[in-house]
Amino acid sequence: MQTIDLSKVGLRETNKMLQAQSAETNQTSWEIVNPRGSHAIACGLNAPIEVTIKGSTGYYCAGMNQQATVNIHGSAGPGTGENIMSGKIVIEGDASQYLGATGQGGLIVVKGNASSRCGISMKGVNIVVQGSIGHMSAFMGQSGNLVVCGDAGDALGDSCYEARFFVRGKVKSLGADCIKKEMREEHITFLRGLLDEAGIDADPSEFTRYGSARKLYNFHVDNAGAY
Amino acid sequence: MNNNDPKGIPQTTPRMSATFTRDVNSDIRRAAATGIYDIRGGGAKRKLPSFDDLLFMGASISRYPLEGYREKCETSVTIGGLHAENPIELDIPITIAGMSFGALSGPAKEALGRGASAAGTSTTTGDGGMTPEERTHSTKLVYQYLPSRYGMNPNDLRKADAIEIVVGQGAKPGGGGMLLGQKISDRVAAMRNLPKGIDQRSACRHPDWTGPDDLEIKILELREITGWKVPIYVKVAGARPYYDTTLAVKAGADAVVLDGMQGGTAATQDVFIEHVGQPTLAIVRPAVQALQDLGMHRKVQLILSGGIRSGADVAKAMALGADAVAIGTAALIALGDNDPKWEAEYNALGTTAGAYDDWHEGKDPAGITTQDPELMARFDPVEGGRRLRNYLKVMTLEAQTIARACGKNHLHNLEPEDLVALTMEAAAMAQVPLAGTNWYPGKPGTTY
Repeated sequence: MQTIDLSKVGLRETNKMLQAQSAETNQTSWEIVNPRGSHAIACGLNAPIEVTIKGSTGYYCAGMNQQATVNIHGSAGPGTGENIMSGKIVIEGDASQYLGATGQGGLIVVKGNASSRCGISMKGVNIVVQGSIGHMSAFMGQSGNLVVCGDAGDALGDSCYEARFFVRGKVKSLGADCIKKEMREEHITFLRGLLDEAGIDADPSEFTRYGSARKLYNFHVDNAGAY
Repeated sequence: MNNNDPKGIPQTTPRMSATFTRDVNSDIRRAAATGIYDIRGGGAKRKLPSFDDLLFMGASISRYPLEGYREKCETSVTIGGLHAENPIELDIPITIAGMSFGALSGPAKEALGRGASAAGTSTTTGDGGMTPEERTHSTKLVYQYLPSRYGMNPNDLRKADAIEIVVGQGAKPGGGGMLLGQKISDRVAAMRNLPKGIDQRSACRHPDWTGPDDLEIKILELREITGWKVPIYVKVAGARPYYDTTLAVKAGADAVVLDGMQGGTAATQDVFIEHVGQPTLAIVRPAVQALQDLGMHRKVQLILSGGIRSGADVAKAMALGADAVAIGTAALIALGDNDPKWEAEYNALGTTAGAYDDWHEGKDPAGITTQDPELMARFDPVEGGRRLRNYLKVMTLEAQTIARACGKNHLHNLEPEDLVALTMEAAAMAQVPLAGTNWYPGKPGTTY
């Protein structure tokens, strides 16, 4: 275990050390202490390492992550895991807005709640939130899966493409072109696997699936009011 | 009107309305028939105050010229030296603006790379990610970081020579984009992670930041991911150039790209293109003033775009304080877009060479703004690259010719004092005297 005191080492040197790890590194376990809400901690990683941050983080923690597992033992600021490509981010507390924005792969798990625009413009990432999520989540979501064990705020999945949403609780309102869909066996099986991967104990049959009605895929004047 | 009035009463001639012109009437009829606003490519087509309204005075007894072809007139520019470890060094101050793979064909992007590289300048990706042919053929490639983040990934980000965070563009300040389904080939769809054949909307603002304070943190993140190696540009539309330039610099930009309303787009509502934004001539002085007020002029570079066509435009932009310019539409014309040799086909599309702007439909006879394999095959990227190189060389020679005539041994030494304006509007916007006077509207110390 390598321990970095961020307040002493500084952001640049910390990220440099983590980014320098290769696929063959034997230094696979890292701990960052005293994060004190700093921005851009552990962003741009590209190695199969595990980084545990002991405290809360600011904007863009683990941004554009590849391969690495980043655990945040605190709450996470805006844009955490933005454009994640692969690997895993686990947030023990709550997540601020834009969680996993434009994420293209990998998994993000939130043990608490996630704020507004969770999964905005998601492009393949899987996000599992144990609590609830805020308004405009998964806006323009292209692909990937957003799983919410609690409730979803206003305008879930507005203008979404092929991203899928599974919500166990209530949805305050659905966004333009987002509709409730049948929860078939294949979806229950898929969701069970994703919940297991996220380490969250929930019954997949209690969830409702939502997704695109695909009516806004090609512009038509009769749908102009929905844009 | 009847010229054969039986009572012999003189008839009036038919008179077209200056308000309801033929163009306006056709717009109304088209809207009534379709119920959809008109979408097109390109920039503002209306007559605007422009660099054509400025003239260089040249040398005189008090200013002596440099000998053409004998005495040096340098053209190089360094962009991004303020924060980046590896600033961009260009031989000429004319860069190629961002245009997407998707809006343009792969061979067209390759030609832009070939031409720009041969001329010693950079090219720029667009709203569709970085293609291998573009990276391979561009010695200096600027990677655009756009709201849609189509094709965005850290590996390509690290392959870039600079990153350009796009906040806005001159054709549509505050607007997003739309790539219509006709142009979504298998390859374009895969790069953007969307189904083939659907209309792809590009958001008008970034998904994970709003405002200048967030932008500062976003720039920090991008620098951390790329190891503080490459410059970060911020591109803004010419909406509020003084404040946008100030805020971009405050957020930590290495360069500001400022795009006037003549700047082109792949596809936007005509009403947006023609009625939102400011002319390129009007935006450069406020941006330069912002840099000067911050003590950052020449430290943070200003790249001006929007209707730049010739070496004269380059020289005028630089005389007003820009460090470099970017061209888009002009580069496409150099490649062969709107060439009269395709006139019969333009006619078949209901238009004429020079007026064709339905780039979003993917039917470009020149094979440039299309993903149709048959049309694309008409375009030779090697020949296209050669034509672009020639054009860039000519622009540079033209700008040097003017600079030497003004006694300048570097294009950067051109200054507002070298210019006069032909109109009151241009004098006010460029803050140079109306020709024949020592005055311009708003000149400090004068009242009016």
